[in-house]
Amino acid sequence: MNNQENKSTIPKPSGWLRLQYKKWFVILKNGISDENPIVVSVLGICSALAVTNRVENAIVMGIGVTFVIMGSSALVSILRNLIPSKVRMIAYMVIISLLTIVVQMFLQAYLPTVAANLGAYTGLIITNCIVMGRAEAFAIKNPLKYTLIDSFANGMGYMLVLIAIAAIREPLAFGTFLNMKIPGFENWINWNVMALAPGGFFVLTLLAWLMRTLTKNYEEN
Amino acid sequence: MELIELFLASILSNNVALIFILGMCSLIAVSTSIKNSVNMGVAVIFVVTATAMINWPIYELLKATGTEQLSLLVFIIIIASFVQFLEMFLAKFAPKIYDAFGIFLPLITVNCIVLAISLFFQQRQYDFIQTTVFAFGSAVGWAFAMILLAGVRQKMYRVSNIPKGLRGRAIAFLILGILALAFIGFTGIGRVSF
Repeated sequence: MNNQENKSTIPKPSGWLRLQYKKWFVILKNGISDENPIVVSVLGICSALAVTNRVENAIVMGIGVTFVIMGSSALVSILRNLIPSKVRMIAYMVIISLLTIVVQMFLQAYLPTVAANLGAYTGLIITNCIVMGRAEAFAIKNPLKYTLIDSFANGMGYMLVLIAIAAIREPLAFGTFLNMKIPGFENWINWNVMALAPGGFFVLTLLAWLMRTLTKNYEEN
Repeated sequence: MELIELFLASILSNNVALIFILGMCSLIAVSTSIKNSVNMGVAVIFVVTATAMINWPIYELLKATGTEQLSLLVFIIIIASFVQFLEMFLAKFAPKIYDAFGIFLPLITVNCIVLAISLFFQQRQYDFIQTTVFAFGSAVGWAFAMILLAGVRQKMYRVSNIPKGLRGRAIAFLILGILALAFIGFTGIGRVSF
């Protein structure tokens, strides 16, 4: 934004540099990498680990959560001047659970096998901390335009990590990728532990270690 | 006998934290000290058991009127208002307990295990007694997992030199993974569906 004010005195910076200081670009980048909801802020871990033993589940869950985050943040942002601050938690809950019911009914109608795999975890999107976190931390005090970008970025950040975890776990656990046999993996002996909870924890540990080293975002203690 | 099996299964072989991976946000946030973990654990055991006992008859009512699709919405509103009520009740009538548990109560509303227990009894079609035993056992199992994790983390913080990128919450995942491996060894103890 300062760029525009100083345009006359400072020579025009290149396109990429200017892009890096645009508000929407910063929000997008924060959501996807710098403040990635899963590996950096450690929110919404439950579903990230429980459904990622198959890539297919990870994609469906990622889309479902992105839809709920975007929908609820948009509604909260539109209604932000109408919601009294004392009852805002209950208001978020009602909005989020309505959208979750929509996702659940959609999956049951059009993707019954995935819905059966995900089981109770679609209903648990309500208590996914990312959804509530975005509503409280961003949507309640920002206009609709930036809220949409922020919620999209966070949804994508969540989905990309889910797919990354699933892409490691599924080949090791079942020798398949998106339910198709991988060439060279025909005689693969399944690593059962990768399909269960410990596999998820170990893969997430490695991913968090990698991301924190790359972004130099360390924690004390 | 069936109930004892259900109780053992929900603590050990079907532990909600280590086998179903639920309630991770608050589990990792609170497990930095054993004292906090015990307090949070007691609060969760109470809230989970009480809300499951309230939600069961309400679900029967929903079934009778044919509006099961709304169960998610109804459950979450009941949980949120119960926690809110409990907070106000403790603040007014038992300030000592409120000082110890009060700060954990808002965290519990967004803790997935409270809602998950309600969804599980709905899915597995338990009767009232089974629901109560299952809810109590699961919450005890969750608290048990959190206290185990807190013990390891507390000790590790003092004695070991953890790589920079793994410090804080990342190392907690690794410990949880190893604990989960150990809990897989309990497979076969008890049953959860009848």
